[in-house]
Amino acid sequence: MYDSGKILTGLIIFLLLITFPFWYNLGQASYEPPDLVLPEDSQQCIEPTQWMRTNHMELLNTWRDMSVREGLTTFVSTSGESMEISLQKTCMDCHTDKVNFCDECHNKAAVSPYCWDCHIAPEEVANGQ
Amino acid sequence: MDNNRRTFLKIAGISAALGLSGGIPLSLQAYTPADVEYVPTKGQITGKRWGMVIDTRKFTKPEDFQRVIEACHQTHNVPDIQGNEEIKWIWTDHFEQVFPSSSNPYLAERYEQQDFLLLCNHCNNPPCVRVCPTKATFQRADGIIMMDFHRCIGCRYCMAGCPYGSRSFNFSDPKPYVQNLNPDFPARMRGVVEKCTFCAARLEQGQMPACVEASNGGLIFGDLSDPDSEIRKVLRENFTVRRKVELGTNPCVFYIV
Ligand code: SF4
Ligand code: SF4
Ligand code: SF4
Repeated sequence: MYDSGKILTGLIIFLLLITFPFWYNLGQASYEPPDLVLPEDSQQCIEPTQWMRTNHMELLNTWRDMSVREGLTTFVSTSGESMEISLQKTCMDCHTDKVNFCDECHNKAAVSPYCWDCHIAPEEVANGQ
Repeated sequence: MDNNRRTFLKIAGISAALGLSGGIPLSLQAYTPADVEYVPTKGQITGKRWGMVIDTRKFTKPEDFQRVIEACHQTHNVPDIQGNEEIKWIWTDHFEQVFPSSSNPYLAERYEQQDFLLLCNHCNNPPCVRVCPTKATFQRADGIIMMDFHRCIGCRYCMAGCPYGSRSFNFSDPKPYVQNLNPDFPARMRGVVEKCTFCAARLEQGQMPACVEASNGGLIFGDLSDPDSEIRKVLRENFTVRRKVELGTNPCVFYIV
């Protein structure tokens, strides 16, 4: 076999590269969910917490399309409760602390949704900005 | 051999079926709970073809215009920017600009000096919708030409398509130019086009358009398809004109001059 040394070295480098994420993470602390400041005066979100944690982005996407494009502006949850489809008037009415709720997770997961480029977070109003 | 193959297919089939029945409902569940519903809000004002009449006789003093423009711009967080980056949903201009094909050199003095209110005409045959590549601009069943600000990519085809200059482009972040942000309505970001939405969001909450409410009867909003509506009565009883009808866009904003 010609060049078997080169091929083997190449293979080893290749294997090291594609497994990099695995051994790089070895020994690193595992992911801890951040401490969130939850709304004080409500016990339960519009859907179960675990479901909201996984799916709030899908829900918000659907909310946006239903309200802007279909003109259906009321959401009836699985528990039968009706509420206005509005990030500002419904979600942020309970979650008044964007920094210690939304941002905590988003920063930790390194995702930056651009909702707040347009929608107005409660503290912006409080600051009279 | 044959038998083996048959057994294999059977087992494969059974496990596929099991996989399907176990897998799909679970993954669907992960997206939408089965029994949520999206419905129109109670008390929503509905119509089949919205239109507006502007009674120009009722707009004589600068305050008459100012009141209406402020009502709209305050409600919708329209920024106050001077110069050529101006954003406007409802604004004023002179007769020759508003009705270029109807003006003549010996115009009555009243028209020559008076300003006229302008807004998106919510055309029945809207070129802005036809040219928008992302469907960010779209026509609803009730005739409202809506903007989905989420979807706009800022290509400005709609601005080139609209023969009425009804659209404005955000050259920079508009938020710092909004006095007293209204938290009930979003603002916009840089790179997005905006315009009057015939107050679709207010209609859905059972309210008339903000400009109509502030106009003291100078603006009449209603369903053009309903012969008994107030707007049809006003149109029957008054001579009205529309802007640039010769272009075939079929505008739904009428002017009593
Ligand atoms: S006035 Fe312009 S923006 Fe409004 S519907 Fe007509 S073409 Fe579109
Ligand atoms: S600027 Fe936005 S609304 Fe206008 S045509 Fe492009 S995508 Fe459509
Ligand atoms: S109908 Fe609503 S959005 Fe349009 S100009 Fe009047 S107040 Fe503004």
